[in-house]
Amino acid sequence: MKDLYLLDDVIISPLGFSTEENLASVRKGISGLELHKNHRFSNGEFYAGIIDNTLLQQAFLKIGNPDKFTKLEQMMLLAVHKVIATNPGLDLNETALILSSTKGNIDLLEEKTSFPKNRVFLTELAKVIQDFFGFKNEPIVVSNACVSGGLALAVAKRFIAAGNYEQAIVVGGDLVSDFVVSGFNSFQAISATPCAPFSKDRSGISLGEAAAAILVSSRKPKNSQVVSLIGEATANDANHISGPSRTGEGLVISIEKALRKSGISGNELSYISAHGTGTMYNDEMEAVALSRLNLTSILVNSFKGYYGHTLGASALLESILTKHSLLKNELFISLNFREAGVSIPLNIITETRKETLRYALKTASGFGGCNLALVFKKEENGV
Amino acid sequence: MSDLRTELKQSIIEQLNLEELEVNDIANDEPLFGNGLGLDSIDALELIVLLEKEYGIKLDDPQKGKEIFVSIDKMAEYIEAHRTT
Amino acid sequence: MEYKITGFVHIRDQHIFLDGREIFSSNVSKDPGDFLKQAYSELQISYPKFHKMDVLCKLGIVGTEVLFRNHQISPDTALVFSNASSSLETDKDHRKEMNGIVSPSIFVYTLPNIVLGEISIKHKLQSENVFFVSEKFNAALIKDYTTVLLENSNVPAVVCGWIEWKNAEYDVFLCLVSPEGKINFNRENLEELYYFQNERSAN
Repeated sequence: MKDLYLLDDVIISPLGFSTEENLASVRKGISGLELHKNHRFSNGEFYAGIIDNTLLQQAFLKIGNPDKFTKLEQMMLLAVHKVIATNPGLDLNETALILSSTKGNIDLLEEKTSFPKNRVFLTELAKVIQDFFGFKNEPIVVSNACVSGGLALAVAKRFIAAGNYEQAIVVGGDLVSDFVVSGFNSFQAISATPCAPFSKDRSGISLGEAAAAILVSSRKPKNSQVVSLIGEATANDANHISGPSRTGEGLVISIEKALRKSGISGNELSYISAHGTGTMYNDEMEAVALSRLNLTSILVNSFKGYYGHTLGASALLESILTKHSLLKNELFISLNFREAGVSIPLNIITETRKETLRYALKTASGFGGCNLALVFKKEENGV
Repeated sequence: MSDLRTELKQSIIEQLNLEELEVNDIANDEPLFGNGLGLDSIDALELIVLLEKEYGIKLDDPQKGKEIFVSIDKMAEYIEAHRTT
Repeated sequence: MEYKITGFVHIRDQHIFLDGREIFSSNVSKDPGDFLKQAYSELQISYPKFHKMDVLCKLGIVGTEVLFRNHQISPDTALVFSNASSSLETDKDHRKEMNGIVSPSIFVYTLPNIVLGEISIKHKLQSENVFFVSEKFNAALIKDYTTVLLENSNVPAVVCGWIEWKNAEYDVFLCLVSPEGKINFNRENLEELYYFQNERSAN
């Protein structure tokens, strides 16, 4: 299978409405997690990464009428718009649109909404994006829990391999909706303090909302530096629908298969961008999986201290940050990590700094026992 | 007091969708978790919901569930001591 | 390599068909939950966790149970499913719960890929999963993705198809795809099998 080149990307999040703004904040160690009021919590508030509605609408006014589009649609449209604007020659008749979301416009299940109820369907959300820009072909919608965003990149690579396309725009997004807040709260999974992946004092996830979009292609660009997706795999734990396998079965298989496809061995990896949600179980499972594969000495972080868990956007957003880490030889501190809290010592990044990087692994896991591994490579001057 | 235990078993069978079980299949002192009824982590969370919905007991510390949900007897004892409805 | 549709199952309108032949039908209840409970019993599935699942997962368990009965299923069998409504019916159930005390056992089913998890757990499948959402059954999409997995991901077999539940209606069409069988795995045959059976069950 041809490598998939990662070209222009956009992140829309509480940390900014472009990748550059987001990187600038992450570099400074700024987190998008803030206290927000919510009656579902005993103290009336919780930490989450929520995009300011006014700022979003102001930004969206430049490209469309905010009254006609839901919050999630504005986020995703802004992201795709910036990608297309940076590539004026892009032929949307020949470009696939691949969309990732776990719950889409789920907030439209409320009785009082000015939007047609059918916008709650993910296909309608996708159509809104398709029609706004004029993509010719029916969008491909991936909804596979928290691996969706990264799986959408794998899906892009696989459909390009099938021969129907040479390029695609992949967009992912999800909201911090009352729907998911109430659900995760019933799982006692939401941390009272900002999530602290891999930390001894971690006590659950922080939710976040974001949209991210990226142009991907099988055609190698002329840039001197480029990052490509060289290996990808998913595997189910076959263990439990809401808790990960204690031995990391599915994640181990995913990483092994992705590495095999990539043609590199584990010890050639420079960096791992982990799923690292901040729950006792997920972070421990990832540590076990990395240990079984002898990858515990590889530098690793989680981005969820900056954004929270952005669900259907997360694996895509974090892959984009991984790409920029590789391009700029930059490692970002695993925010909120204080004291080692998993049973196997990991090489957690504790300082934002420069480091020569070449190959990276992105992992993700989700409800339903799904796991995903993506291997990225940076090429410089053709090497 | 045996009424509470029967009521509890009925609620558990209903709430946890243990359709192939009847009240008589659950012994009062039998472990609910482990091999017992094959309950898992989601069932444990549902029992916390059951305590609140049916008996008005809100568990501040969900970890306490481990001590309370050991058996029907232990659950009944806890409910008798703490129920508000 | 030519791939074949090794077996296929339909579940629709209180009927279950395997390889085009009806193997179970009932006119006791239009309610999908009741129908599936009957099918579960009739097919002697014996898996108590079944009763905790939502209708979408029950459809997947019954469908794959029927599909797998006469075949050796490798743990590397991939699952490529799709539907139009994602998990909307269960989403609505969770929405109702949101007014009071939320049930985690309902929330966990508010994702369409949970059915892949339930099938994987029951049959010990530790392989590739994907869940697509499309307005109608998209044979080209399913055929292309399944073929890429078979050719590039060292996957010996795939269960692919459509599993939709909306209001009280359900529509399941799942195929086991592998190098063995008589029906060629291509877009035309997939479409024909999907639509043809729908006509028959209307009679």
